[in-house]
Amino acid sequence: MPVKTDAIGKQWPAATYEVGAEKIREYADAIGAGNPVHRDHEAARSAGFRDLVAPPMFCVVYGARAMGPAILDPDVGINLATMLHGSQEFEWDEPVCDGDVIETAATCKEIYEKDGKGFYVFETISTNQDGARTAKGTWTNIVRGV
Amino acid sequence: MSLEDLKVGDSIPELKVTPDKYLPYRYAGASGDFNPIHIDPEFARQVGLPGNILHGLWMMAQVARGSAQLADGDPRALKRLSVQFRGMGFPEQELVVSGTVKEAADGRVVIDTVAAQGDNQVIRNAQAELAAP
Repeated sequence: MPVKTDAIGKQWPAATYEVGAEKIREYADAIGAGNPVHRDHEAARSAGFRDLVAPPMFCVVYGARAMGPAILDPDVGINLATMLHGSQEFEWDEPVCDGDVIETAATCKEIYEKDGKGFYVFETISTNQDGARTAKGTWTNIVRGV
Repeated sequence: MSLEDLKVGDSIPELKVTPDKYLPYRYAGASGDFNPIHIDPEFARQVGLPGNILHGLWMMAQVARGSAQLADGDPRALKRLSVQFRGMGFPEQELVVSGTVKEAADGRVVIDTVAAQGDNQVIRNAQAELAAP
């Protein structure tokens, strides 16, 4: 059965994420990011950040809120039971700090079939309350046995 | 070692980390990814896995950390990171992130990286781009 490609180009409404200090600390602990700028307001400010700052990979926390509806959309038609995370790319710009409000919009960029597998490529663009881009993500999910 | 001193072909210091048995639960809570293949060994076995597997994005975060340690963990240094997930990672096994400098010019450095548990390369063809903050 060929993969459905109707959803290519589809964009989902932006998802909002309010960044908090304890969430940054919890995430930094889980990944082992030891720099005090992720835990201490003063350490972050004296290092030149607006406030307590998230590790770069925190973009998966606010980005996931936009990716969820895209992956679950019946128009895309991903079989979650056989889905694997194939590859991932992020580009980072403005750091994300305590108190930021991040909006992330997801777009379906590509859907194609190769070697009996379906490839689903999504892009997320995240911006903060000042309109500055914080991260761009390219998420490639692979579905076996399409 | 700092970014400015790196030359093409240099190896970066290895990052070694052993996720404990309960790390996937903490990462699930921190990230919001509660997919049962990461936190429920019984469910994981039912779908044909040897046991619950590490979150790919936690492993990617270790590649990010291994790269950013070249800039003392400054979160402004990492400009771009791309990875391919090519194997399953498991709790209670040491993960080693290693890398080689591919490009170094004008304060920007590109590093080819790999993350492995023993011979099992869980992340391959990873590339990190760093710039002095």
